[in-house]
Amino acid sequence: MSEPKTSKQAYNSPDSHGHFGPYGGIFVGETLMPALEELTRQYEKLKHDPDFWAEFDYDLAHYVGRPSPLYFAERMTRKLGGARIFLKREDLNHTGAHKVNNTIGQALLARAMGKTRIIAETGAGQHGVATATVAARLGLECHVFMGTEDIKRQSANVFRMKMLGANVVGVDSGSCTLKDAMNEALRDWATNVDNTYYIIGTVAGPHPYPMLVRDFQSIIGREVKEQCMAQHGRLPDSLVACVGGGSNAIGLFHPFIDDTQVRMIGVEAGGLGIATGKHAAPLSAGKPGVLHGNRTYLMNDEDGQIIETHSVSAGLDYPGVGPEHSWLKDLHRAEYTAVTDDEALDAFRYLTRTEGIIPALESSHAVAHAMKIAPGLDKDHLMVINLSGRGDKDLHTVAEIDNIRI
Amino acid sequence: MNRIEACFARLKEEDKKALIPYITAGDPSLETTLGLMHALVKNGADIIELGYPFSDPSSDGPVIQRAVERSLSHKTRLRDVLEVVRRFREQNDTTPVVLMGYLNPVEYMGYSTFAETAVKVGVDGILVVDMPPEESSDLHQVMRNAGIDTIYLVAPTTTPERAESICKLSSGYVYYVSLKGVTGAANLNVESVISRLKELRSHTNLPIGVGFGIRDGESAAKIAAGADAVVVGSALVSKVAELEHEQHYSAEFLQQKTALIAEMRTAMNQAKNAA
Repeated sequence: MSEPKTSKQAYNSPDSHGHFGPYGGIFVGETLMPALEELTRQYEKLKHDPDFWAEFDYDLAHYVGRPSPLYFAERMTRKLGGARIFLKREDLNHTGAHKVNNTIGQALLARAMGKTRIIAETGAGQHGVATATVAARLGLECHVFMGTEDIKRQSANVFRMKMLGANVVGVDSGSCTLKDAMNEALRDWATNVDNTYYIIGTVAGPHPYPMLVRDFQSIIGREVKEQCMAQHGRLPDSLVACVGGGSNAIGLFHPFIDDTQVRMIGVEAGGLGIATGKHAAPLSAGKPGVLHGNRTYLMNDEDGQIIETHSVSAGLDYPGVGPEHSWLKDLHRAEYTAVTDDEALDAFRYLTRTEGIIPALESSHAVAHAMKIAPGLDKDHLMVINLSGRGDKDLHTVAEIDNIRI
Repeated sequence: MNRIEACFARLKEEDKKALIPYITAGDPSLETTLGLMHALVKNGADIIELGYPFSDPSSDGPVIQRAVERSLSHKTRLRDVLEVVRRFREQNDTTPVVLMGYLNPVEYMGYSTFAETAVKVGVDGILVVDMPPEESSDLHQVMRNAGIDTIYLVAPTTTPERAESICKLSSGYVYYVSLKGVTGAANLNVESVISRLKELRSHTNLPIGVGFGIRDGESAAKIAAGADAVVVGSALVSKVAELEHEQHYSAEFLQQKTALIAEMRTAMNQAKNAA
């Protein structure tokens, strides 16, 4: 007989070396180690500085427009006939996604560290835009690395970045997508480490990035907690978020980790279907390994080579995932599943027509899974979907799939 | 005495510095890699750093990235690279071979399987680019038990305290990364390298090799004035890049193709004699 847990220990990851259980850590060339140590030191200092957080909160309120609403999707709830569905409206943030929460925080860090040059990697372009935005605002030089494949499918965001004064650097090595952009950003950082701050866009990469990006994104979950308590006098029953690198999901989940009655569901990109191998779902179908500075679940072949991923959504098209998600999976604290491109596209259209909200294709993955499970849940079940970004950037992709020329 | 120690002992006796070329295994084919290894020795290489490919070489510049892509285009596996070393040892039992690459392929093979196979085929050292001392304890232990040296990098950015602990941890030799950047970069500053080497020598009696950005006889000779070993990668790999996957090459042809190594060897020897 297994005994019930008697001592409930509060969740406290990562450890001082950035480990979430066996995941995370620091796996980079020696050139970058001192820069990461310095970043950790600076962040630990600022973390306890009320002025730093006051400035962060001020920017989030007056520049980003937070708190973002927790919106009751009444018509969707009625049509699905089960759980009560709420949308956390990160799509209403300045620049149109949750990404800006993190870039605001990291830009303040960069400024505190006296760095004058900002670099970033981007997939869908949302993080690149959010980085170019804060760089413009602080008057910092900005270079964004982007795979040439992604440049093709996200031309609107490329133009936005350029308008904001960023230099968009096309990366044509490997699969020419997000992972290659990240390799190139790491190379640039090693070369220009003295004056350069690397703003990583997700909860992956070497320590302290998974921790600090999580801390900046946790504003999402903290707001949901407050909003839910204010609206319903209790916590939600389930949280649903899409997972590529996993920053919007960890931002929503993290404040609820110790509230074990709250179910947390991460939805990966199932692409053409897990069975086809053409997907981007390392937690659903991958194995642990080491990439981009951390140990985590990855999409590899049997020889440890990273394999090409597929997703209709550029923002989820990544072979790894934040190490904290790997740990939450192994702890069985969060569940991870996947939906296909087609299911995500259906959800994209459904939410648009049902609630008048055009979601990002990334966020549409979370909506798609919610649509599957909501009908089977009680009518008093409170479900929160993280609507991590708006879909304007994806109109071109969806029109092309529908054979429409715009 | 293992092969790496023996190699540096011999060089010390001959009052020479080690020349360490790097090539990527499987570029353009495993067969040619074997031929190149012998050619490099004939041209005066003392130790061979043999790269095993990884799909995401985030510490490497474009030349080695492309070499890795060529190698992976016909699915070179870590076990194939080990097999090349076994075949190299059929004819050469003295030249040390150091495997160089990234951690993930070794993780996938499993540390113990990797170590057992590596020692059996005659690998002498391993340098895992994305494995700093903080994360190396498990693999390092397994390698030590197998009698294989673990070589660590020290960079220009490394603080004196870190440098000291890295030097203490290293075995075989210490690899000093001569510049801030990736392999094959063009911003080599010889003076700053030489002055940093003096500091490292206060921490260790191990030989110190210097790599990144050394591209010809002249730069090799200058670095050799302060280092125990000179590592050359991208400049050599860009020559190898001209070879074809399907082609069979004679020993003479490959020796000629890697004449850069002979040029560096001569320049290093002459500088020594002139000094």
